[in-house]
Amino acid sequence: MGLIYALIAAGLSLIFGLMDIVNFAHGEFLMTAMYLTFGLHLLLTLDPLALLPVVAALMFLLGVVIYRTVIRRAMQAKTSVWMAQIFVTFGLAIMMRGLAQLIFTPEYRSIRHNWLSDRSVNLLGVYLSLPQLAAAGVCLLGFLGLYLLIARTDFGRALEATREDKEAVALVGINRDLIFALGWGIGGAVVGIAGVMLATFYYIYPGVGANFALVAFITVALGGFGSLGGALLGGIIIGLVEAVTAMLVEPSLKSIGIYAVYMLVVLLRPRGLFGYL
Amino acid sequence: MKLQGLPLGAAVLALVLAVPLGISDPFFQNILILTALYTALSQAWNLLGGYCGQVSLGQALFFGIGAYTSTILFTRYGVSPLIGMMLGGLLAALVGLAVGWPCFRLRGHYFVIATIVVAETGYLLFLNWDWAGAATGILIPFKGESIVDFQFQTSKLPYYYGIVTIAAVLWLFSYWIARSKWGFYWRAVRGNPDAAESLGVRIFRYKMAAAAASAFFTGICGSFYAQYVSYIDPDSVLTFNQSVLISLPTVLGGIGTLWGPAVGAVVLIPMSELVRAYLGGTGQGTDLIIYGALIVAVATLKPEGLCGLIADLRKSGGRAARPAADEGA
Repeated sequence: MGLIYALIAAGLSLIFGLMDIVNFAHGEFLMTAMYLTFGLHLLLTLDPLALLPVVAALMFLLGVVIYRTVIRRAMQAKTSVWMAQIFVTFGLAIMMRGLAQLIFTPEYRSIRHNWLSDRSVNLLGVYLSLPQLAAAGVCLLGFLGLYLLIARTDFGRALEATREDKEAVALVGINRDLIFALGWGIGGAVVGIAGVMLATFYYIYPGVGANFALVAFITVALGGFGSLGGALLGGIIIGLVEAVTAMLVEPSLKSIGIYAVYMLVVLLRPRGLFGYL
Repeated sequence: MKLQGLPLGAAVLALVLAVPLGISDPFFQNILILTALYTALSQAWNLLGGYCGQVSLGQALFFGIGAYTSTILFTRYGVSPLIGMMLGGLLAALVGLAVGWPCFRLRGHYFVIATIVVAETGYLLFLNWDWAGAATGILIPFKGESIVDFQFQTSKLPYYYGIVTIAAVLWLFSYWIARSKWGFYWRAVRGNPDAAESLGVRIFRYKMAAAAASAFFTGICGSFYAQYVSYIDPDSVLTFNQSVLISLPTVLGGIGTLWGPAVGAVVLIPMSELVRAYLGGTGQGTDLIIYGALIVAVATLKPEGLCGLIADLRKSGGRAARPAADEGA
């Protein structure tokens, strides 16, 4: 679970680090990816795993389109850009949830039959369900891919440079607008991958994103906005804290542990564990 | 003569008081009450989020505390909800201070997320707190029509005038504070906290005051809501959705403006109620789509909100009208 949190958070962190925007519709991106998986699964009767690249590509497009149509405009606001961006992504979230409700109805859905379901492996005496294990594996791979993309390619360096100084990059011939759009696309694709994996074992409903979004915000804040390694570590910590709290108190209160950790960390180190900003 | 400030407020109040006289349909009366309720709630949010610039997405916590305080006092100890309302507001203000104390050390997104986290914690606690009804909630029994018990069955009008009174008091409070020393300090804190602090504004204290005032009024609205619907549970008063709903009218109408919350609520609430009623079963989610689209449209096209738009129109209208007036003179 921690690794899924980490991957969801990575997409959020990327966009925040790049342009100082917190995407409050991030959970709804996740929800969209889960419904895409569900819909394509019904339509093509393909296994969710086979759909992974398709959904990731579609989510990439969604990210780019949303940046081009809405976010770019909100960033040009004359006054209080900060508030405009919070509420524009909020509006998006509400809209996307409404759309999902309209198209898919608020019912809970799940993908019942897939290649991974109902199998479990015995790992050192602990039974782990295969879908969750596979999700963890894919998330780790996704994370690795993202890391390589950012640390090892020209694009990654351009991204990094744009984060450092938004004005100066224009002088060396980097198209800032393009980088932002690609950043949103990659953020979308990353959360798309997480969505596909989550769809293999979790219920799908219009409000599903909200639960994960808050955890993602906490994860990102914990690791420090804009830090990928922080998102990974934050995700793992959150997963562990959640599991431990669930053991100690009633399972319905398990999120309180996460909330407590968040408050503790931001108060003691207001920039998160690995924050630059 | 331009209608502004207090005279405009009085004119609007007179109109608002007269409106229900022509409307006897309970469905429309319900819309009126909800509109006034969200005007008040959003005005309270505006104190903290608009004037002081501290975006709180955890207002449901204060709303819930108000609702639970008056309800528990009334159902268990027979305390009049009118007293319960005041106590609920005070308790909410105290919680606001207690929450503000750590949270105001945070800035920007960290603050916003902290408010969500604190409110969600409250939601989970109430959901598991047996003494406060846990997930089943509390039903307020009907003890007969009376002002002291704040229960009315034959007509919804007393509720309407009750909430309009609250909204009017809150409007006056905002009007007064925006012109006082405090209002200027709050706006300084919003505009540039570092500069404000270097000039000797003790920003922490002013943020705390804004939080307490905002929480107080939100708590009172919570008590009102509990009496109005006679049933509360964590899912109806303490959720994140409630927090968002409280902030939206101001966002739409204009953040940090006196009339923003009212304008926003008058547009949003009737629209969502009507859409929900007429599209009902088939159109589930449609109200959310329209809501979201409106917010996106305002945030991208006119971040100053509808009030900003109205101000623009007035300005251009005034410019067009002036030459004509000169000719007349």
